[in-house]
Amino acid sequence: MNKSGNWILFILAAVVVFVLLGLHMVVVHLDGIFGILSPAGGSALAWENVIQRSKSNFFTVTYIILLGAALYHGFYGLRTIIFELGPRKAVERGWTIFLLAVGTVLFIVGTYAAIAVRTVETAL
Amino acid sequence: MEKKRYDNHLELLGWVAGGKWGIERYLYTLHRITGVGILLFFMIHIFESSTRIFGMKVWDPIMAAMHHPIFKMGEALVFIAFAFHALNGIRLILIELGFMVGKPEQPVYPYQSSLNVQRPLMITVMIIAGLLILLGMVDLIFLA
Amino acid sequence: MATNITYNIRRFDPEKDEAPRWQQFTLPVEPGMTVLDGLHWIRENQDATLAWRYSCRMGVCGSCAMLINGTPCMACNTQILHVTDRLLTVAPLPNFNVIKDLVPDLTPMFETHASIFPQIERTDVQEMENPTAEYIQSTEELERYLQFTYCMKCGCCIAACPGSATDREYLGPMPLTQAYRYNVDTRDDGEKKRNGVVSRAHGVFSCHYAGECSKVCPKGVDPARAIQLMKKELVLGYLRLKGAKKPAKLVGPPTGEAKPKIEAPAFTVEQ
Repeated sequence: MNKSGNWILFILAAVVVFVLLGLHMVVVHLDGIFGILSPAGGSALAWENVIQRSKSNFFTVTYIILLGAALYHGFYGLRTIIFELGPRKAVERGWTIFLLAVGTVLFIVGTYAAIAVRTVETAL
Repeated sequence: MEKKRYDNHLELLGWVAGGKWGIERYLYTLHRITGVGILLFFMIHIFESSTRIFGMKVWDPIMAAMHHPIFKMGEALVFIAFAFHALNGIRLILIELGFMVGKPEQPVYPYQSSLNVQRPLMITVMIIAGLLILLGMVDLIFLA
Repeated sequence: MATNITYNIRRFDPEKDEAPRWQQFTLPVEPGMTVLDGLHWIRENQDATLAWRYSCRMGVCGSCAMLINGTPCMACNTQILHVTDRLLTVAPLPNFNVIKDLVPDLTPMFETHASIFPQIERTDVQEMENPTAEYIQSTEELERYLQFTYCMKCGCCIAACPGSATDREYLGPMPLTQAYRYNVDTRDDGEKKRNGVVSRAHGVFSCHYAGECSKVCPKGVDPARAIQLMKKELVLGYLRLKGAKKPAKLVGPPTGEAKPKIEAPAFTVEQ
């Protein structure tokens, strides 16, 4: 089976993750230095800031794209490592299906959360 | 008659030891370790951050719990892993798409192997990763 | 003025040993003596049972590759006093099975090498049998693959590769480099066939640029470079961003006198 397509997708996902996770890191983990995108002030993880970001269209869309790209990149990478540890040929396919299933479940959970949070009361 | 052979594959030892290896081998190993570490964190992170759908009453206690030093240490580790993996990843993408490895040339000494060609890039991305880690740690320790 | 050097050699006798053992020999070393010369001295003066593989003694045949002081290199073009002044550790190449003492079993490497069609592949059989013209290549076309033709299949790159250390299915730096060498040869038509083999799982995408193969290659072949360039070609091909390969120009007809065809001799070993 030709792996070129999968591998190109893996590299594309890496680029997407680099951009979006870079943004995520600036917003959430370097908030003390940059202090941007915390419209209500204070910590980026304070409820007011979290819910404001969650309700913005931009963050909802980028969260879902980041989720998909990161899961693909991560699980394809993990599969590569597992395959290179030399499993028996017979179990390779089993690994692929297992990792695909776990990745899909995580994607559904994350996407559901990103969409469901838009209807949560801002102050409860 | 089947002759007996001794299996001399280095297995996992080959990723870190078993000979006198160069720095790119350790970056290769570190890239894998940080990758798996980030993926583990990411799986937990999806569930933990999804709790925001239950509203402030659930979110605030969880965030309060995250202020425990153990979680702060974890956050620091994930940030370091991310900074390394991202910057080294840029180098690898450039190299694996055929940039920064140089053109084939006759091996007449002193010639530039692809390792020599990419080394300035390697040093540059490692310095940037180091600066990024410094920035992240300053934020985490003094400003958070 | 000879220096006394201690060889620490990893021995393995499949008829007696379960696992390898280490054995020391001390010998007087003159400047200019190679590791291979030292092994000969040990066999002549101390232990006639020591086994290793060698042939040309001058870095051409690729037989005497071994792990010398932790680096895979040729015993014949490594001078003892260049690498040590006291202790020299010699072990068989890692990532291969050991047949005896310092003799690695290179069969898997050669089988993989044969699987990537390491020859110029053409479909025009008639032209190959009775050529009407000659192929010419420009210097630029030649230099695209010339570096990779210096490979002597010694196995140092595979011994140094962390991918080959764990993954026995991985094609390895040497076969992948040879696949690229023929792919970029303008006289060749077998790129599609070869890419079918190298783009599978455990193929070219299992290289993650640890760079060791290029570091240890005794001939400066730089397998890591060939593998990355092959990935680039595969990506461009997959995205249809690559034009068709320019075939080599023909000049002809051949000016020389055609020699009579020679029958291939019968095989001397059982097939």
